[in-house]
Amino acid sequence: MLEIRDIHVYRGQTYVLQGVSLEVGRGEIVALIGANGAGKTSMLRTISGLLRAKSGQIMYQPDANGEKIDISRMSAERIVNLGLCHCPEGRGIFSQLSVRENLLVGAYLNKDKQALADDYKNVCEIFPILGERSDQAGGSLSGGEQEMLAVGRALMSRPRLLILDEPSLGLGPIIVDNLFAILRQINTQGVTILLVEQNAVMALEYADRAYVLENGRVTLSGPSRELAEDENVRRAYLGGL
Amino acid sequence: MNTEYIAQQIVNGLILGSMYAMVAMGFSMIYGIIRLINFAHGDVVMIGAFCTLGLFQVLGAPFPLVALVVLTAGALVGILIEKGAFRPMRGAPQVTGFIASLAVSIMLQNLGILFLTAQPRNFAFPDYLQKVHHVAGVSFRVVDMGIMVSALILMCGLVLLVNKTRLGMAMRATAENIDVARLMGININRTIMATFAIGSALAGIAGLMWGGKFGQIDPLMGFVPGLKSFVAAVIGGVGSIPGAILGGFVLGLAEVLFVGLLPPIYSAFRDAFVFFTLILILLILPNGILGRNLEDRA
Repeated sequence: MLEIRDIHVYRGQTYVLQGVSLEVGRGEIVALIGANGAGKTSMLRTISGLLRAKSGQIMYQPDANGEKIDISRMSAERIVNLGLCHCPEGRGIFSQLSVRENLLVGAYLNKDKQALADDYKNVCEIFPILGERSDQAGGSLSGGEQEMLAVGRALMSRPRLLILDEPSLGLGPIIVDNLFAILRQINTQGVTILLVEQNAVMALEYADRAYVLENGRVTLSGPSRELAEDENVRRAYLGGL
Repeated sequence: MNTEYIAQQIVNGLILGSMYAMVAMGFSMIYGIIRLINFAHGDVVMIGAFCTLGLFQVLGAPFPLVALVVLTAGALVGILIEKGAFRPMRGAPQVTGFIASLAVSIMLQNLGILFLTAQPRNFAFPDYLQKVHHVAGVSFRVVDMGIMVSALILMCGLVLLVNKTRLGMAMRATAENIDVARLMGININRTIMATFAIGSALAGIAGLMWGGKFGQIDPLMGFVPGLKSFVAAVIGGVGSIPGAILGGFVLGLAEVLFVGLLPPIYSAFRDAFVFFTLILILLILPNGILGRNLEDRA
């Protein structure tokens, strides 16, 4: 569904991605793990069009039988329109917009009022708290609720590929469990997921496959179960358990 | 000094304040969305005033048509300024945009002098708009009431637009976080352009009002209302539209009451008083009356 071929990305003078290739298959949950500064967020920002790659291709195939499109030169707002939704680092909630507006802005490109109302209802079913707090300002929600809002807002765009940047950041363990269970549920309903996680234990437990990013390069990849057994991964990312 | 006199001064202050508010709203919208202090905003007022002069007095077009054309002209000038001067430096440090806006302002003033000469021109509205009415001891011209009423209508319209429409939502989202707004599929270039167009249309129509109120216009006339509206926007809390409206009225009233209630010898200090008011309010409320405490605000 998503095939990244040898991309090189600079952020100012810094060479952040030094020839990364990775693949996400339709229906998968793929995790990208790695230390701070390894280039995980840059990777996601490049996919969604917020950063431009110096070279390399990002082939995206929205429909199983449709054509593959190179989105590496496309603007962020056009990429969203292809069903590729990026939930940014730090959640990116609009703190001065109400919860309802945050959700509606997620479906900004959808002008069909009826479909919008249906999607809104669906999201409020998945996250009842958002329906209850619909008139509150986004910024007044707790961290966990903001994460729900960020995921809910992403769902409003009817994503086919959902990209999440550190969804567990700053959340308590129960909320994280809850969140990952919901992500799995969303995945079984046909949404492919690519996620970046610091919480490697959680990521490897839920993902089908994972990539380890170190200093702008993929150093390891494979099925999550195998990576979780790998000596180096265990030492570096799983606290040597 | 009787109550009628004071009531008269208050009415005058409200009329002046509504014009400040018109310009301040645009200032605030533009600042809110790209953190740009647009010093060329006042010169759009001048362009609006000269458009009115040309259409009304030279061509003799009917009033509603003039208002419509002036709104459109203001919007076009805003779009032109945004595309030509500010879009190419998007992402540059805040101070770069600020300096660029000064450059645009000086250019517009000098283009005005070049093509229109620096000679002030009389700006005479037809008699039916100049007719003076007296209500409860307060006198005002039809045009003064027109200024107040149309300003109030435009203010309500703008508040509704920003809070209730899809474009307004996009504008608020972009103002808060440009990158995330793009991830939502918002075309930020179009949204920023729309913000400039709307803000500048209001400045253009303020030019029509300014000319109607003071009866004289020249190519440098935009500087002082621009600066004072900036003060109004800051007093109200820059970035906030209700704040800009409130700031405009506070400033207009304060200025007129200062001149009207103190002995005439002080009236030459009216501009100094305006800035004194600014300093005083910012000492007590550093973010303005309705401003929010956001870290990267100027």
